[in-house]
Amino acid sequence: MITGEQKPIDEIREMISPYKRILVLGCASCVAECAAGGEKEAAMLASTLRIAAKMRKENVLIKEKTLDRQCVRDFIISLDDIIGKYDVVLSLGCGAGVQAVAEIFPEVPIIPALNTGFLGETKDQGYWVESCLGCGDCMLYHFGGICPLARCSKQLLNGPCGGSMDGRCEIDPDVECAWHLIVDRLTKFGALDRLENIYPPKDWSRKQGKGPRKIVREDQ
Amino acid sequence: MNNISKLKRVLEGGGFAVTAECGPPKGANPDVVLKKAETLRNKVDAVNVTDNQTAIVRMSSIAACSLLKTVGIDPVLQMVVRDRNRIALQSDILGASALGIRNVLCLSGDHHIFGNQPQAMGVFDLDSIQFVQVVRTMRDDGKILGGDDLSQPPDIFIGAAANPFADPLDFRVIRLAKKIRAGADFIQTQCIYNLDRFERWMGMARDRGITDKAYILGGVTPLKSPGMAKYMKNRVSGIDMPDEIIKRMEGVPKDKQQEEGINICVEAIQRLREIPGIKGVHIMAIEWEEVVGEIVKRAGLLPRPVFD
Repeated sequence: MITGEQKPIDEIREMISPYKRILVLGCASCVAECAAGGEKEAAMLASTLRIAAKMRKENVLIKEKTLDRQCVRDFIISLDDIIGKYDVVLSLGCGAGVQAVAEIFPEVPIIPALNTGFLGETKDQGYWVESCLGCGDCMLYHFGGICPLARCSKQLLNGPCGGSMDGRCEIDPDVECAWHLIVDRLTKFGALDRLENIYPPKDWSRKQGKGPRKIVREDQ
Repeated sequence: MNNISKLKRVLEGGGFAVTAECGPPKGANPDVVLKKAETLRNKVDAVNVTDNQTAIVRMSSIAACSLLKTVGIDPVLQMVVRDRNRIALQSDILGASALGIRNVLCLSGDHHIFGNQPQAMGVFDLDSIQFVQVVRTMRDDGKILGGDDLSQPPDIFIGAAANPFADPLDFRVIRLAKKIRAGADFIQTQCIYNLDRFERWMGMARDRGITDKAYILGGVTPLKSPGMAKYMKNRVSGIDMPDEIIKRMEGVPKDKQQEEGINICVEAIQRLREIPGIKGVHIMAIEWEEVVGEIVKRAGLLPRPVFD
């Protein structure tokens, strides 16, 4: 899941301040799952902005709508009939959603209401943790299903640094040492010998070597 | 000064090596480095120059090593992977070798969140083991990563660090073995206060037969005060500070505490010398370089060998 968090309200108000007709656009996918940009959050943000405008006696129209996915063209084009009524879209999608909407409606400014975060998992209600860098060459097999690139603060591929104590990362006692988890897990599976290998430098070209990454599937 | 590693000559000659540490200044004044160099001259075989330690911006390690060479001291260039990608690391290795720097200690580096640039993008393109392997391949095969040939390989005595006190203990020896397999010629350890645990770790390393495949130098740091001992226990990652040491420091009058710190350090060195597989000592007197000479003298390690 891609996580996001709503920007500070003052920053949002500053960005939308020149506009009079505003569409607050939610996204019902990842950012809804992380309680940042779904239907409920879009309604709350729109309401907050309306109240703020009313208190300042500003004559501003603010409506909200939520798409199933803001990053997919087929859903975005459903805005075709209504987008002309607005002079700006305040998007609660992730960065991909903001850009996808902007590309399809180039004549309308699209403003981000979220800070897009990371690829993570939902640990508990209101608790999300980064677990994947999207490196393009998954090594989880070697490390017992725990990614040292995403979860070790130094991205070490050959074992823990000298700072881990009692299974905690030196950067923050709340952070589990990914390497401690890896060693424990592989020990349990009787596969600690996997870590005797010297893993070579990561091929980062699969992540960022050739500009924005693309997947093209001829069979689709 | 000739361009041969004195550290390597001492170790290969079967001597018990002594190295110390020199932190470069938070400024551009070369005299700070040269002054520290004077206090260490003839007291140690080589001097490590830290690389923006604790992620605080300082004079570059390569520059400070080069300054040490101008006054005839054999430098150990510490290089961390935190700040440089594989292109910069390999380039700096070539540059260091061209400047006559013959020893490099390959490290991950302290995380930048602790320093004065917490907003920095950490690089960590290679890890320290991969870095050791890259330098070894550059030196022995004359090739960089990816296989391109070098017009002239670097001449580098390759070092790596080991921390016997971080967790998990069993894996620490596996990691040491990997560093040595990757190409480390010598190992300098984290500061040792818990000698019992250190001896256990060395025993595990000997059982794997790796202590004779690289020269292992035990790290020591003289304590200045009980406060410093407590700080290291509570605040410094990867330090194992037994309570007895803190009590011992607290048990002497304030004006004798520095002396007691030196006593503890000298005793640690004497015990390290008895451990099979230990080939030297690395004295990290943090911003207290002037005390190194006395420690070395009292540990019976003077005079240091002299080469032509």
